[in-house]
Amino acid sequence: MANFECRGLGKRFGQVQALESVDITVQPGRVVGLLGPNGSGKTTLIKLANGLLTPDDGVISICGSAPGPETRAMVSYLPDRPMLPQWMRAQDLVKFYADFYSDFDTQRAQDMLARLGVPADRRIKQMSKGTQEKVQLILVMSRRAKLYLLDEPIGGVDPATRDFILATILNNFDGEASILISTHLISDVEKVLDDVVFINNGRVLLTSSVDDIREKNGMSVDALFREVFKC
Amino acid sequence: MDWQIRDDAPIYSQLVAQIKLGIAAGALSPGERLPSVRDLATEAGVNPNTMQRALQELERQGLVYSQRTSGRFVTEDREMIEAAKSALAAEQVRSFLDAMARLGYMRDDILRLIEARIKEENGNGEL
Repeated sequence: MANFECRGLGKRFGQVQALESVDITVQPGRVVGLLGPNGSGKTTLIKLANGLLTPDDGVISICGSAPGPETRAMVSYLPDRPMLPQWMRAQDLVKFYADFYSDFDTQRAQDMLARLGVPADRRIKQMSKGTQEKVQLILVMSRRAKLYLLDEPIGGVDPATRDFILATILNNFDGEASILISTHLISDVEKVLDDVVFINNGRVLLTSSVDDIREKNGMSVDALFREVFKC
Repeated sequence: MDWQIRDDAPIYSQLVAQIKLGIAAGALSPGERLPSVRDLATEAGVNPNTMQRALQELERQGLVYSQRTSGRFVTEDREMIEAAKSALAAEQVRSFLDAMARLGYMRDDILRLIEARIKEENGNGEL
């Protein structure tokens, strides 16, 4: 059974058709990149998968269930904007997450905070944008979830940290889990992806494995993206 | 190992080539146990499924074998390693000759250039 599946998915905001007849399947153990230019529907899709939005057409299933309270226990979500209460300290947040999620691994979170040099006793509001992003990602990846939905996880951090974070993502998910990453920093994430989905104007343009794209086109996914979405 | 992933070819085939090079050059010894798929993938900064595919390909070619309980090992068949090494060397020569042909050099000129270069390096005591 797929960890994430949507069929004929559609979503309108007033006159704007944000998503239309989207079909995506993410099998266990796969890392899938959701790639598209700004405004293509990436965040809408991820919010639908979370149950933060409800679809106008089509169906979504997370490990066989429609998005709802029971799928929230299986899904670990990184939003595209800051989500943490500004007054809390990193160490408080670790306890907060441990209380909320039965699959949260406190030890793992503390190890990652230490390795990324995040001061655990500092309040979120006292941290730089990049450090805040690190804390968010550490909390999200410290859950032993079935499906990780990461909306632009590496936008605000420096390239060295990016590499470390990607290695962390790969190391911290087991073979039964799946990851859906939305990003436009393709060259940075390309090597860690199994498959990519190109979306534009709310529609799926292409679904392929990374190596199939390189084999067929003789170019990287990043290069193909630049060609397909050339302005 | 020093992993380099280029943009113009599938990642798994580049991993195959680089591990093969490591075996042929002796950086990985015959019979040596390879790190786990996950550790190799982390080291190379690639997806574990891609590394797995590369190792399966090397297994299919016979340069690597797996033992169900104890992991993957470099082959102990030195003839096979030698053959892989010769194949890599032949590939280098072929691509060198192609590049020289594109520059417009004929075989005789190429040989003369190589000899001159070797003499120069010997003269410098480098070789």
